[in-house]
This record gives sequence, C-alpha cells and structure tokens, in this order.
Amino acid sequence: MVRTDILIIGAGPVGLFTVFEAGLLKMKCHLIDVLPKPGGQCSELYPKKPIYDIPGYPEILADELTNKLLEQSKQFEPGFTLGERAESLNREEDGSFTVITNKGTVHKAPIVVIAGGLGSFEPRKPNIPIIEKFENKGVHYFIQDPEIFRDKKVAIAGGGDSALDWTILLSEIASEVTLIHRSNEFRGALSSVEKVQQLKDAKRVNVKTSAQVVNLMGSEYLESILIDQSNHPQKELEVDHFIPLFGLLPKLGPISNWGLEIEKNAIKVNNSLDYQTNIPGVFAVGDVNIYPGKLKLILCGFHEATVMCQYAFKIINPEKRFLLKYTTVTGVNGFDGSSKSTPKSIVKKIQ
Amino acid sequence: MDKSTVKIHITDRSGLSHLIDAPTDMGMNLMEVIRSYELEDEGTVGICGGMSMCASCQCYINSPHDLKIPSQEERLMLSEAFNIQENSRLSCQIFISNDLDGLKLTIAPGE
Repeated sequence: MVRTDILIIGAGPVGLFTVFEAGLLKMKCHLIDVLPKPGGQCSELYPKKPIYDIPGYPEILADELTNKLLEQSKQFEPGFTLGERAESLNREEDGSFTVITNKGTVHKAPIVVIAGGLGSFEPRKPNIPIIEKFENKGVHYFIQDPEIFRDKKVAIAGGGDSALDWTILLSEIASEVTLIHRSNEFRGALSSVEKVQQLKDAKRVNVKTSAQVVNLMGSEYLESILIDQSNHPQKELEVDHFIPLFGLLPKLGPISNWGLEIEKNAIKVNNSLDYQTNIPGVFAVGDVNIYPGKLKLILCGFHEATVMCQYAFKIINPEKRFLLKYTTVTGVNGFDGSSKSTPKSIVKKIQ
Repeated sequence: MDKSTVKIHITDRSGLSHLIDAPTDMGMNLMEVIRSYELEDEGTVGICGGMSMCASCQCYINSPHDLKIPSQEERLMLSEAFNIQENSRLSCQIFISNDLDGLKLTIAPGE
C-alpha cells in the first residue's frame, strides 16, 4: 500500500507543480497516471509543440516544460504509479481516502487532488460493431508483452508512430505481420517509415494501404479479419491477433462515478476559496475543474495548485499556525537533503 | 448586414440545426465557433485545442463553398479518423472569413 500526504491523480504539468508547492509546505505527494510516463497532454498529445504563455518562458516545448517541472519537483521525492488508472475513491473511518487503481494498487492519503486534465487517455476503438466481443480474445489496443505474438499471424491497423513501431518490432517475433492503413501516407518518424518500406520490399511484412478492416470473424477467439481495400474485392485474412492503433482519446472515466459534482465534463470546485470539490478533502485543479470564469490554461492550473496546497496544509495540520513564506527568503529544502537558498550578502567596511 | 459576421448553418450530433453568426474579425476557426456556442458537450470537440492532432472536431461540409485545401497535417489526421466521408474536414483548420457566408456543415459523430 502506498501512503502519502497528498495523492495526485494525473501527472500532467499541474499535477507535477502541485508536488513542488506541497513540498514547500513539507507535504509529500504521490501521483497516479494512466499513461506510462509523466507529462499528461504535454507528453501524449503535443510533446514537440511550443507553448508561448508560460510566464518567464517566451517559448518552451511541451516536453521540455514537463522535464523542467519534474526537475523542480524532484527534491520533494514524489512517488509515481504510472500506467494505471485510478478506479475507485473511498473514505475510511479515520477520514482519509483510499484510491485503488485498475491494477489493484492501493493508495491511502488524507488529501486527494484530481489534476486529471481532460480525463484518462483511452484507446480510440475502430467502428467495427463486433470488436468488443474479441477484446482480449485476439484484439488488443495496447501491447504489453510482445512475446504473446511469437509465431502468430498479426494484423496491425493505423498510420502513426505506434503502428509503424510495432510493425517493425513484431516483424522479428510474429510469423506474419500485415499493416493496414486507410491512406498511403504515414505520419511517423521518417526512419520508421523507411524501415517499414524496407521490410515490405524484403517481404517481411505485408502493407495494405487505402484499406481498412471492416469486420472480424471467429467463434470464440478471433480467427480472421475482413479487409476492404480500394480497387480490390473485399478479402478475408486469417489472423490470430488484430491490433488497432489509432491513438488515445481522453475520457473522464471512473472519476465521474465518485460522487463528485460534474458540470460540462468537468468537476465543480469552490474557486472563491480553495478549489475543493463537494467532497471535503478532495480537490480538483487544472483543466479538470470548472468554476465561473474558468480558463483551461496551464498557468491558471499552477495558481489553483498553489492556493489548494495552502488549504490542504490546514486540513493535515489543523493545530498549526501558518504564514505564507517566500522562496527568496527561506530557500527550498528538499526531502532528499538538498538545500537551496539566497547567498548571504557580504557586509564589509570601506576603510 | 454587419460585415464582421457571417451566417453558418451547423447541424449538431443530435441532428438539430443551428443558424449562427460567426465573427470574421476574431481569428476564430469553426471548431472554436462550435465551442463558443456550446453546440456540443465540453470536452468532446477540439480536444487537442486545434492542432490537427485529434479528429474530435471533424465535420462534413454540405455546401459548395470553395475552401482552402487541407494541409498535409490535416490530411494525415483525417486519414486516421473514423466516420470519414468525402466531405470530411477538421473544423479547427477552417478559419472564419467572408467567403464562408452561408456555409453548411454537420458535426461528425463523437468517438
């Protein structure tokens, strides 16, 4: 079981900055994110796009911002549960919360902060009505263990980086790999596109362009797929596995069943005070919250996280008096023993 | 007629049609117009913010307006989108200008 002071759901920019602000107040954080790495939308949707409205940075790439935030929060030693989705929230008798992920990891904390952005990223599923019947029975939206495809016949659909990368990798493992894409243009790293071209020329993979999978067949497990390719008659292809890789789309998901007040796909918070939700002890910051005048901007999320941490401190330490301190005055003392502070000014007489 | 707005006919995902005024002088695109009029649930249109990186703002153009041809980025995104038709476009890539007056479009189903 993971125990911490503040449990943050969502490791995007606002979740990461919360670690820093909480750290200044000596509160420890742990983050849960469905993605395998921190950064949220900044890593998943637009890592190489420049952002121009981060105060102090005339221009910064989204993944650079993630790295800077990780560096800034590192001294406060945040814990991470990555690649898992927060599934349930329960209040314990002692007033603290238990959050359990889809993989069964149990987290306990007196404060929960939802910094979930637009929600958890879920795979985009192709419009094949029968597809759900074969999920985990031959149809996979993620690849966790490539070994399950050893010596099997595999079809991959999609035209982006992950479709190309897995085509390359599985060409070494599977007995047969077919890549199916609706266009003949792929959007991925040039080296990946070239590598797939080589594999195709060497007849190590089959590539079907201007084509899509329109049906799936099989009794219990997937046995074959129906491919519709322009200027060709529909063709049935025997496969053991079908892997549609059409990217990820954020969905609010399980959070919407936690008893939180939801409006316009976002969580209502008290913006006149502390960004707390209707459940005392549960806060929401960043794109995931809503209040009159809300702006979905990273910089507004930073402000919300800062205010929220002050109130979280009061909940955790109800008896303590507290006054906001400036980092220029007190410096930053990390949980890892590191210490940063303003150099002392030198006092010396002039003779 | 006020020259700084054009009329756009938008059919939403539930099939309702709306005749709305879209400003030509605000640098807005169609996706933003759809969101500013709250024609669909927040968080279901324009998820990537208008970077041609998702297809949540896909629409079907139903009038013979002469639109700028899609950029390569838009074309590639459309090639991965679902529910594609001949007249599919990403509404975030269509900027409001005077020649869009009377444009008719339908918002594609959500994913």
